[in-house]
Amino acid sequence: MIELEGLTKRYGEKTAVDRLTFSVRPGVVTGFLGPNGAGKSTTMRMMLGLDSPTSGHVRIDGKRYDQLQEPLNHIGALLEAKSVHGGRTAYNHLLCLAQSNGIPDRRVDAVLDMVGLASVAKKRPKGFSLGMGQRLGIAAALLGDPRIVMFDEPVNGLDPEGIHWVRNLMQQLAAEGRTVFVSSHLMSEMSVTAEHLVVIGQGRLMADTSMADFIAENSRTYVRVRTPEPERLRDALHATGVNAVAADDGSLEVDGQPAARIGDVAAQHRVVLHELSPQNASLEEAFMRLTAESVEYHAHTAAQGQPPGPAPGQSQPPGGDRPTQQWGTGWKEGR
Amino acid sequence: MIEAYGLTKHYGAKTAVYNLSFQVRPGAVTGFLGPNGSGKSTTMRMILGLDTPSSGQVTIGGHTFRQLPNAPRQVGALLDAKAVHGGRNARNHLLSLAQLSGIPARRVDEVLGVVGLQDVGRKRSKGFSLGMGQRLGIAAALLGDPQVLLFDEPVNGLDPEGILWVRNLMKGLAAEGRTVFVSSHLMSEMAQTADHLIVIGRGQLMADTSVTEFITRNSVGFARVRTPEGDPAQREKLSAALTEAGGQVRTEDDGALRVSGVPLPRISDLAHGADVRLWELSPHQASLEEAYMRMTQGAEDYRSTVDQRSGLQEPVMAPPGYGAPGYGAPGHAPPGHGAWGYAPPGPYAAPPQAGWGPPPPAGPPAAPPVAPPAAAPVPPPADPHTEDAR
Amino acid sequence: MAHTTRVLRSEWTKVRSVRSTLWTLLIAAVVTVGLSALICAFTASDFDSMAESEKAVFDATYVSFAGMSLGQLAMIAFGVLVVSNEYSTGMIRSSLSAVPQRGTFMFCKIFVATALVLVVGMATSFTTFFVGQQLLGDHGTTIGEPNVLRAVIGGGLYMTLIALFTMGVAFVLRSPMLAFGTLMPFFFIISGILGGVSATKKFAHYLPDQAGTMIMTVETGGGGEFGVGDRPYGPWGGLFIMALWVVASLVAGYLVLKKRDA
Repeated sequence: MIELEGLTKRYGEKTAVDRLTFSVRPGVVTGFLGPNGAGKSTTMRMMLGLDSPTSGHVRIDGKRYDQLQEPLNHIGALLEAKSVHGGRTAYNHLLCLAQSNGIPDRRVDAVLDMVGLASVAKKRPKGFSLGMGQRLGIAAALLGDPRIVMFDEPVNGLDPEGIHWVRNLMQQLAAEGRTVFVSSHLMSEMSVTAEHLVVIGQGRLMADTSMADFIAENSRTYVRVRTPEPERLRDALHATGVNAVAADDGSLEVDGQPAARIGDVAAQHRVVLHELSPQNASLEEAFMRLTAESVEYHAHTAAQGQPPGPAPGQSQPPGGDRPTQQWGTGWKEGR
Repeated sequence: MIEAYGLTKHYGAKTAVYNLSFQVRPGAVTGFLGPNGSGKSTTMRMILGLDTPSSGQVTIGGHTFRQLPNAPRQVGALLDAKAVHGGRNARNHLLSLAQLSGIPARRVDEVLGVVGLQDVGRKRSKGFSLGMGQRLGIAAALLGDPQVLLFDEPVNGLDPEGILWVRNLMKGLAAEGRTVFVSSHLMSEMAQTADHLIVIGRGQLMADTSVTEFITRNSVGFARVRTPEGDPAQREKLSAALTEAGGQVRTEDDGALRVSGVPLPRISDLAHGADVRLWELSPHQASLEEAYMRMTQGAEDYRSTVDQRSGLQEPVMAPPGYGAPGYGAPGHAPPGHGAWGYAPPGPYAAPPQAGWGPPPPAGPPAAPPVAPPAAAPVPPPADPHTEDAR
Repeated sequence: MAHTTRVLRSEWTKVRSVRSTLWTLLIAAVVTVGLSALICAFTASDFDSMAESEKAVFDATYVSFAGMSLGQLAMIAFGVLVVSNEYSTGMIRSSLSAVPQRGTFMFCKIFVATALVLVVGMATSFTTFFVGQQLLGDHGTTIGEPNVLRAVIGGGLYMTLIALFTMGVAFVLRSPMLAFGTLMPFFFIISGILGGVSATKKFAHYLPDQAGTMIMTVETGGGGEFGVGDRPYGPWGGLFIMALWVVASLVAGYLVLKKRDA
């Protein structure tokens, strides 16, 4: 359990984190989302006592981080993959961390084996790829078999096998009753990993809710129905006060009704269904809507808050595209 | 158009790329997939003339990279985002590149605008975040307004807004008739961006096909069926009818049925016949990730194994509360010992299709596969995936 | 206490598992002994041509430590790297996550590094003394002479204190480039210049390295090249001044570590 209360961090004039209050509960994977510059990293660093808050506090299982005698046995964190001395072998890196927390040496071999780095245990991380560095960081986080784990962008640089492994690992840790807190920019990855979400923007809490609620609140959800007799079903639904809209591909779309209700109506009227599927908008779409206002480094205004899927030709940045074209054609003609 | 013929690269005794032949056509986003160490980067470096093939060749528009007249105006590439002199500011970095290939200076400001770095153009790139470095790299790739673009892991370090932007940028470039070749480890991202796929494993071509075809060929779709809650009899009835009709039926944790081998309309008919009401009947197309994982099984370098927690099993070492009843998930005999990590034996070993799929969209995360009933921390046997390829 | 022991073990693993430790300490020893030997050999062959006044205050012990002015730079390198590599590599985040008690962390790191430097420093000091005296031949001295043992042990202490001072500074500055850029010119150039100009000489005497070297002198008279006769303090006084510098730098380092975000 991680508890934040009124956590605030100011750098001079700029407020990086602004009165954050939330708790991260055990037993589920909690996703931590926010645009670049929203204060995610600062928050995570304050959770680990690396940065000290301007005001407010963080409690790890009820204690301040620096009150933990052997913190690695309580909380393991992957912050930035390269929090490692490049000249110290992977084994020695983990060994010195283990020793400082009274963790037996053979646990080092065990975690190296677990993350798949046993064969490079005696190598210096200087030559590691981003993915290998990430695995070493995860190994360090798991060293003390902690009840709380915290991962900042864990799948960065990992290949699909690694991504799949990390996802399973996090879900397994949560299923064992641990607290799992993970930040990521990859919405599609989050949507299959996290169950609960904490979203911040410009340092402020924007949402602290379950994944399902978050998507439901911030985007359109509907039920898609296919049937050989769309007209009959439409009328039947209409009679019960439910509005179905015909989509381009011949299916019906029903907003704001549970699939079960439509199924019941169809069964009453003996309408054959070929599909009855609740459609959830993507987490990405929901996230974009919520955070549209608080994004740094806009590439262009068009993509902001706009769900994916406009025709590819039009999705080029209007601001940047036109000059590109003019300029491009210009020099090409001149050649 | 990028064309590779019999492309091969040896490093000493090791063959990084072997006899690779493929074409990357204009007008589409072509994804380039493969596990770590499969030769993707080497291939990209050979396309760009950075590495010389041991045999075979790769051409861009009919020329090898080194023969290309004014290459920067024909090919743009994002390889390593950090290949920038950290002390130079972003604008000067681009300006020096532009001057090398006779591109006017105002183009630099254009591309800075395109990637959203116009405000930090005068800052040194040393202080850039990974995402900003990535944007700068993309700006450099776009500088010569090239016909052929190569991107290696373009969304690395970008935030969701940036990811969406890159995705749309690549689609837009392809829609303008350019050749866009992009490598990535993010399958969900690829599924949304690429039209065509080239997959390599251990330096050899494993697939060269459209995304849809790749998924259909390498995975099994299924249907998710829910019957009225609180009436298990209906579910049983439907389950029996489906099995009788030759379908494979599994019950998921939330009570839904997962049916494969029976088309959706047939399920509907069977439900009708059995007088079972349906609360949900959703087709489920397998994900690109699933298809990819099936295809590349056993071609990866660093494999993760199960956490055996050796050394942490002793009560002596246990921190207060560690291993206390109720701490681990119920049913785990040694606290926490379970099928952590990659490829727990259950679903992977189960033939023929029962592959893992992404958990149901809004439901709870897929329950961890059942731990082996072993009481001692023994790695799961007979699982080809945890076997080390080293 | 058990906690501190564990952190000490951890810091020992850290210091022994990087190559820079071996190299810097090895260079410190080799350069000190080698250069001192060279100077002693030259001095021995030129001794007869020295002026009588110089011969009168000739300090055979101090001459055998002549190489330390260069060798101490490798000691400084060791002190800087031990601390600032934590920052430059990002290791500090891992370290402080594992040991959030920053005082303990700093104490253990410095304790381990100091112990190591003390051993190497003493070994270097005794070696360079005996090698030097051997080469000086008739003009040399022996360990049994008055004050000589104090000077030789003082040589080891001096090297240790230099490294300690450096570690404190490195905790303040964090960046290895900044720390090197500050310390190297200071010890190699600025201290020499200030000490060489008569107007600033008085103040230069209170700089850590100049005060500290007093402990290595045996003959306190005279004012020649290695002359120290004009100092307002004795050998132990000098070492005490140096120790004050060390304490100041460590306190500053501790305050920065404690207050600033990692």
